[in-house]
Amino acid sequence: MDNIAGSKSSLGWVVNISVVLLVALWVFPTFGLLVSSFRTADQIVGSGWWASLFPSEQTERYRAADPDENRVQRGDLFVVEGNFFGDNGAPGEIQSWGTSSRAVDAYQAGDVADLGDGETFSVDAEGNYVWSGNDEQISGRGQRAFVTAVSPPEFTTENYVNIMTSGDSNDNMAKAFFNTLTVTIPATIIPIVVAAFAAYALAWMDFPGRAILIACVVGLLVVPLQLALIPLLKLHVGIGIGKGYLGVWLAHTGFGLPLAIYLLRNYMVGLPRDIIENAKVDGATDFQIFTKIILPLSFPALASFAIFQFLWTWNDLLVAKVFLIDATGQTTVMTDQIVNLLGTRGGNWEILATAAFVSIAVPLCVFFAMQKYLVRGLLAGSVK
Amino acid sequence: MNPALLGLVTILAGVGGCLLYFWGSNQILDKVIFPAKGPQAGQNINRANIVRPWLFLFPAMFALGLYLAYPVFETLRLSLTDRDQGGAFVGLANYNQMMGEPKFWEALRNNLLWLIVVPAASTAFGLLAAQLTDRIKWGSAAKSLIFMPMAISFVGAGVIFKLVYEARPADQNQIGVLNSVWLQFDGGIGSFLFLQVLPAIMLLAFAAIVAYVGWIFVRPIAESKQRGGGAGYVPLRLFVGVAALYLVYLSLTSLVGIFTFDYPYGQPQTWLTIPFWNSFLLMVVLIWIQTGFAMVILSAALRGIPEETVEAAIVDGANPFQIFFKIKVPQIMGTIVVVWTTITITVLKVFDIVFAMTNGQWETQVLANYMFDKLFRANDWGVGSASAIIIMIMVSPILVWNVYNARKEMK
Repeated sequence: MDNIAGSKSSLGWVVNISVVLLVALWVFPTFGLLVSSFRTADQIVGSGWWASLFPSEQTERYRAADPDENRVQRGDLFVVEGNFFGDNGAPGEIQSWGTSSRAVDAYQAGDVADLGDGETFSVDAEGNYVWSGNDEQISGRGQRAFVTAVSPPEFTTENYVNIMTSGDSNDNMAKAFFNTLTVTIPATIIPIVVAAFAAYALAWMDFPGRAILIACVVGLLVVPLQLALIPLLKLHVGIGIGKGYLGVWLAHTGFGLPLAIYLLRNYMVGLPRDIIENAKVDGATDFQIFTKIILPLSFPALASFAIFQFLWTWNDLLVAKVFLIDATGQTTVMTDQIVNLLGTRGGNWEILATAAFVSIAVPLCVFFAMQKYLVRGLLAGSVK
Repeated sequence: MNPALLGLVTILAGVGGCLLYFWGSNQILDKVIFPAKGPQAGQNINRANIVRPWLFLFPAMFALGLYLAYPVFETLRLSLTDRDQGGAFVGLANYNQMMGEPKFWEALRNNLLWLIVVPAASTAFGLLAAQLTDRIKWGSAAKSLIFMPMAISFVGAGVIFKLVYEARPADQNQIGVLNSVWLQFDGGIGSFLFLQVLPAIMLLAFAAIVAYVGWIFVRPIAESKQRGGGAGYVPLRLFVGVAALYLVYLSLTSLVGIFTFDYPYGQPQTWLTIPFWNSFLLMVVLIWIQTGFAMVILSAALRGIPEETVEAAIVDGANPFQIFFKIKVPQIMGTIVVVWTTITITVLKVFDIVFAMTNGQWETQVLANYMFDKLFRANDWGVGSASAIIIMIMVSPILVWNVYNARKEMK
């Protein structure tokens, strides 16, 4: 827009760099947790997660095998051969090595070091060393060497296997995952049906008091659900539902309705009047108009609300804590379990990070798959 | 019963029941009560059409009444009674008891801080992101990534940021980003620039912006005295002016603090236990989540600005900053207010972040968490309900404003 006058914006580079920084700042924290969930407990506490993205360098001190027992004579020289890493294998590819602590990277892998008076030492990339010299030199203690190995980034999916199959009910997320799913699906679908009919009535039927009802819905949009906790819990206990799935479904339905009605009504009002009037002239009843015409045409709005409600119920902690989770803990949802893990497993980041990501993954997939509808819904009803 | 099966049955019963209700009640209305035949056919059709909207509305209205409207009054009643005395009416005793608790005032103070910082920062970042991403080719991808935290639960975000704030003993590798950055500062020139000069500049900029906003609000009063009349909302304008003056005073006094403060260089900090500042670290989590929301809405508003206005400004020789602040921002002021109030509502209800990260310890309490504490740990329904009413009172100006706007739009 700024290029209309014909001059190319000189701020182009600044803008690009600023956006890169902004995006990095926003993605960085989540990415850190994601990376951490693929590292072992030792790796996580050993170094920051950002270090694991790059090959890591380790310098260790090794000693050649005892020359008095292992040396072999070749011609007039004695030779000790072996491998520093033994059966364990190399921690990574050897980059450099040295024989003095003051110059640990004096030689590259494969170089032969001249230790004076014909004594030589060499280390190759796999950690095989050759130490040769005369009788006097190859004796006493084994030659020491400082080896710098570079190990590639290393990740494991072990944490995810652990957390989904763990025998410890506090750590096992599989149950909580299905509980969350059980809460979410009915709590997403039922309010849509109830709200759709009401929205149709508010959009396309004439009756006294319509404007007041719409105003009520707008007002109820912002009523904090905190106010509803105790009265509704009392009600649920009073009518015998108690704490359980039925209670949490009803509660989510009630709390989701204002947004659902508001979004759907706003969308339905915008549908072309001709279609509805033609149908009426042709003798369709309101019920038929609603199911055959309005509902199919309102799909985008239905999808928008469904995503909102899904994200909201999946991520909810408060409603589940009040209306669902009882003393037995059998019906715990993921958010609640993660909060408990924060208390009991505060330092075990391999468990925390993985548990959190199991919970985050599903809404993220929904988000990226259906972003279009989410944005549309936000623009239509940015009140909640 | 297996919960999954129960869920399936509930979906079928819920959806099927709803459809059956709507279909059945319409059938009964049309065929049994007001049949569209016989001598009164015309009158019956009219009567049926008067009743029908209420059939469509009934389930939703019933649920809304029971789950949202009734609890407001019931909570109000509970806040005036004492559970231990068998629900006897105790007047304002619960409110008195609440006012006497330091934790309540701490929660209220923190909530006010949240109310200022989070909507302001989210809207500002959102506006910045919207303006910047609209000007580049990969803007929609960037938007998508900044918007992403919206899908993450407050609890998940809490875990994410707990890792960022994690502290390890000084002799070990730091695994939290914040501490690892903090340890790079050693008190040298870099530290001076980043920890003293930069915050000072930001504070000055903040003070300048606040002063400017305050002036915008107060100016009409001053002008109306010269011209006589014309300034509405005088109390509101004065309130904003005084608040702005106070904020400017606060910023300028803390400017001194920045240069005299003795930074503990080289020691890893357990960030979430540092009183006052830890609240800001919790706010960062919500700002991080809400910025995407602000960006999406503001970006749509920016694109809705008529191009002629921008073109005219370019022709008149305005620079990009002038175009942004003097042409674009005034035109999307309405949207900015909507975004601001929407985030304000979210802030008032914020519970999960504090509950998961500090649970109100180290002076981070907020009202929603205080209320949860009272209701479900102390089992004190009276004080708990009283604090819920406080949240409701704080929400109600926005509620009234929303309803007012919605009615205006419909006319």
